[in-house]
Amino acid sequence: MKLFRMLGSLITAAAVSLFYAVSCFAGENGVIDSGATAWMLTSTALVLLMVPGLAMFYGGLVRTKNVLGTMMHSFVSIAIIGVLWTIFGYSLSFGHSILGGFLGWNPDYFFLKGIDESIVNGVPEYVLAMFQGKFAIITPALIAGALAERVYFRGYCLFIALWFLFVYCPLAHWVWASDGWLFNAGARGVIDLAGGTVIHVSAGVSALVVSLFLGKRKGYPETVVMPNNLVMTMIGAGLLWVGWFGFNAGSTVHSGLDTARALTMTQISASSGAVTWLVLEAIIFKKATSLGFVSGILAGLVVITPAAGVVLPSGALILGMLSSIACYFALKMKAKFGYDDSLDCFGIHGVGSGLGVLMLSFFIRGSWMAEASAAIGTRWTNVDQFFIQLKGLSATIVLAALGTLIISFVVENTIGFRLGKAKEMAGMDHSLHGEHGYGMLNVN
Amino acid sequence: MKLIIAMIQPHKLPDVKKALFEAEIHKMTVTNVLGCGQQRGFSETYRGVVHEVNLLKKVRLEIAVNEDFVDDTIKAIIKGAKTGNIGDGKIFVMDLQRCIRIRTEDEGHDAIG
Repeated sequence: MKLFRMLGSLITAAAVSLFYAVSCFAGENGVIDSGATAWMLTSTALVLLMVPGLAMFYGGLVRTKNVLGTMMHSFVSIAIIGVLWTIFGYSLSFGHSILGGFLGWNPDYFFLKGIDESIVNGVPEYVLAMFQGKFAIITPALIAGALAERVYFRGYCLFIALWFLFVYCPLAHWVWASDGWLFNAGARGVIDLAGGTVIHVSAGVSALVVSLFLGKRKGYPETVVMPNNLVMTMIGAGLLWVGWFGFNAGSTVHSGLDTARALTMTQISASSGAVTWLVLEAIIFKKATSLGFVSGILAGLVVITPAAGVVLPSGALILGMLSSIACYFALKMKAKFGYDDSLDCFGIHGVGSGLGVLMLSFFIRGSWMAEASAAIGTRWTNVDQFFIQLKGLSATIVLAALGTLIISFVVENTIGFRLGKAKEMAGMDHSLHGEHGYGMLNVN
Repeated sequence: MKLIIAMIQPHKLPDVKKALFEAEIHKMTVTNVLGCGQQRGFSETYRGVVHEVNLLKKVRLEIAVNEDFVDDTIKAIIKGAKTGNIGDGKIFVMDLQRCIRIRTEDEGHDAIG
């Protein structure tokens, strides 16, 4: 017995010393910057908070019979993309370029198996992988605004999985991976701090394409489709605004001067957008609406998303204002053309952020331009940067539009995408989920 | 004077309203009700617990009309609500004894119109 016990403690001691050896080895690889790590952990949580925020925002805007189905569109993305991101998403987005730079690949990122002890710039790579994963989660969920109230749940699930694979991962690789072709375009690459192109323009353009593909909801636009709960929409908008600080300021991937700049510009632009929309409505309708106000917040947030790292406060004010004006008239155009982008994903995310991607070129701080000039050895002008931005925007539009069209076609002709008339009339909650959201408060 | 009460499918309300407006009938009261007819019910599941729902959501319309509008009202409701399936609903027509407009204290024919 005693011999066994001695043997046991010997093995334990050996295991412990081996463990220490391994962790010392890991420690030599990189020292953890606890400040930056803490902020990135916080940002990751803040961006995740935006998804329930989006669920509430969209959920409040549809009719009572579709409230649960619409909220599920946001929530299910956390699960589906959460799994796909772990398996191959991080690798396809942030691995080394393959297929002529169309996608990335890194065997270490496959199933996240090789980053267990990896520390990048003082931050554990797990945190970076999860932070980036949250962006991949919210992007397909944004598109749900365009296909609201009229798709099969299973069709939607397949759609977002394919869209993530063939649109999101390539775009994220082009714009954010260190060897992406847009990341290296021009003097210092396409400026897209937190996903003006990758997230908002790609989701907005896809929203327009998928809404045209699916056609209108029955009765639209003759029968006015009224929001079932604007209180929930306002709470959702509030969560989005708060979460956006993680979205933009977290995208600086450290904790310092750039982070403070991004956070400040985010706040300024969102406020400026909201004020502008209020003023527009006060002039045109003589009444300021709550839905208009939250639309203004979003218009201000999406326009500053690509720009928060490079513009100054005055630029943020102007961008927020311009975005609200552009989005306001984009929504007017929707009524004129009659396409059913139900919850205005294209009208706000596509138009507002597209505007930001281009217009930020004229508000870049001097030090950034000086560094860009130094990098190429000759003078780098705002107009030069504008054309780089235009290139990034065009590439995004082409990939998102083509990808969405093909994916929609595939989903419709395999497991079905567009809901039948009877199921659409009865509502998604009853016909697809077998539940209902509220009691007897609302007519339909 | 008649009081027309109709039970219809909730999602047919916009169509019925449109048909009534086209027939120049603009006054109505609408309420959410639960009802049980030939349509039977369905089941919902909450955390695996199956819940039988026998009473279905319906919309109830009440319209007070003078005699010459009765047929038009019935036709308009049918036009808006009929699909030919079980569950389309029912229309009840009953005599209305008195009708008083509170603001002017008008009574009868004028009070309805």
